[in-house]
Amino acid sequence: MSITLKDVDHVANLARLELSDAEKTQFTDQLNAILKYAEKLNELDTENVEPTSHVFELVNVMREDVQKESLPIEKVLLNAPDEEDDQIKVPAVLE
Amino acid sequence: MSPFELSIQEVGAKLKNKELSVTELVDASYHRIAETDESIKAFITLNEDAARKQASLLDEKLINGQAEGALFGLPAGIKDNIVTEGLLTTCASQFLSNYNPIYDATVTRKLRDAGAVTIGKLNMDEFAMGGSNENSSYFPTRNPWNTDYVPGGSSGGSAAAVAAGQVYFSLGSDTGGSIRQPAAYCGIVGLKPTYGLVSRFGLVAFASSLDQIGPLTKNVEDAAHVLQAIAGHDPKESTSANVAIPNYADALTGDVKGLRIAVPKEYLGEGIDPRVKEAVMNALKTYESLGATWEEVSLPHTEYAIATYYLLASSEASSNLARFDGVRYGVRAENPENLIDLYRKSRSQGFGSEVKRRIMLGTYALSSGYYDAYYLKAQKVRTLIKQDFDQVFEKYDLVIGPTAPTPAFRIGEQVGDPLTMYLNDICTIPVSLAGVPAISVPCGQVDGMPIGMQIIGKAFDESTVLRAAHAFEANTEFHKQRPQL
Repeated sequence: MSITLKDVDHVANLARLELSDAEKTQFTDQLNAILKYAEKLNELDTENVEPTSHVFELVNVMREDVQKESLPIEKVLLNAPDEEDDQIKVPAVLE
Repeated sequence: MSPFELSIQEVGAKLKNKELSVTELVDASYHRIAETDESIKAFITLNEDAARKQASLLDEKLINGQAEGALFGLPAGIKDNIVTEGLLTTCASQFLSNYNPIYDATVTRKLRDAGAVTIGKLNMDEFAMGGSNENSSYFPTRNPWNTDYVPGGSSGGSAAAVAAGQVYFSLGSDTGGSIRQPAAYCGIVGLKPTYGLVSRFGLVAFASSLDQIGPLTKNVEDAAHVLQAIAGHDPKESTSANVAIPNYADALTGDVKGLRIAVPKEYLGEGIDPRVKEAVMNALKTYESLGATWEEVSLPHTEYAIATYYLLASSEASSNLARFDGVRYGVRAENPENLIDLYRKSRSQGFGSEVKRRIMLGTYALSSGYYDAYYLKAQKVRTLIKQDFDQVFEKYDLVIGPTAPTPAFRIGEQVGDPLTMYLNDICTIPVSLAGVPAISVPCGQVDGMPIGMQIIGKAFDESTVLRAAHAFEANTEFHKQRPQL
């Protein structure tokens, strides 16, 4: 599998990244090199191998459904770039 | 002589005898930083006012006979991807250049409870992505042994600060080698605990199934004490292991008689500098003279580890870094056209190129049509790599090899070629994929630059790892070498 500039555009859009033309070209080359290297993994037969998503057996980690303290609003807003009426402000979500 | 050259017991004794105060230790730290950080640049942010206030409070406790524990009064540096409430935490990224955390990481709280003093936040590769500290969006940190050379990464600042005598110890984080490799490059000790031993609550996530926080110290004994303070189950962190924590200092007996060591042939093959190999072979002779035995083994899937790691880590990173959208915190781009544009511009302006590259790689590997071929495949190969270790640990207590294929390289030498940079991690990455613990200890020099030996243990068997590392140290002088600054 080989990545084209079109693929890079698509992925950049998914990742919410804006790339310059120079970056797009550079990334196309670099990603192709890395993915070519990754094709090595196809040398291995993994038909009957379970995937590892977590190294040690952990079953659902739960706690009692008991209400605990929430964050005070000043802390929530401490790093907010823009706020109004105790809410974080952003451009319109729906247009 | 710097008080940081005193052993951890000596410092404790002098504090109790009033020959030393916490304030003096903290003074020594800031004095050393003023002397050396112009050229080393280990720190992004210093915490001087708060540190001195804390030192006064600790000195009062000392006078009242309330000083407790090995870490009491020790100046510590914290890698800048571990949150510290009220103290700027940037992950060495422009995106978080204004981020003031509203909470402390569990390890931050534990260090404070143990009486350690946070001196400042240490430089790193941006979002922990890198192996040289050159990916910091602020400035590169330099190796105290030769400032034209990299300190390693991503915990480059953490390693350099300890090697330069700026702090008594530091905390770093390790995903594919980011504690162990800079420790090796800077001639100090660095420990990556078993996955799950140390809480990740408050560690800005890079790859959630691989990240671990660990100590960087000038010797093994200090590492044991720092690990003691930070290890343990955390109800706030659901991948944190619920295991009994032994007394790690009890493991430092000096006795390795009968210890069975496995040396994977894949760790001493081509690609490893022959002088690094020679140093590890000499270390094995030392172990033999102490009554341990070693044999060559094979970890046959080693050659697939790097590709596996970069697919998995980048995929997890692409998901973890989605939270940096400019909405709730971080530097928000100005004049976005709409909400999506706000995300795009904030991220593109805030992230450096290595971060973008890994997000792109991870997004691609997880995207529809490619998930099975890349991410799922990598997860299956991860199982095979872990099984290699499981099998070896049925017959052996430890696995030993070099920490890195070469000593530190020159600043700027590898930035143009990401793939070459990735290959520096060949010795450390398989260990991360298996989730087992490993320590790097200094074991020699090549061309005047330090090199490290990696000692890998069974899951949750840090005691054996520390015992072996300590015994090696007790019978060699490498850990006593200091850079000329």
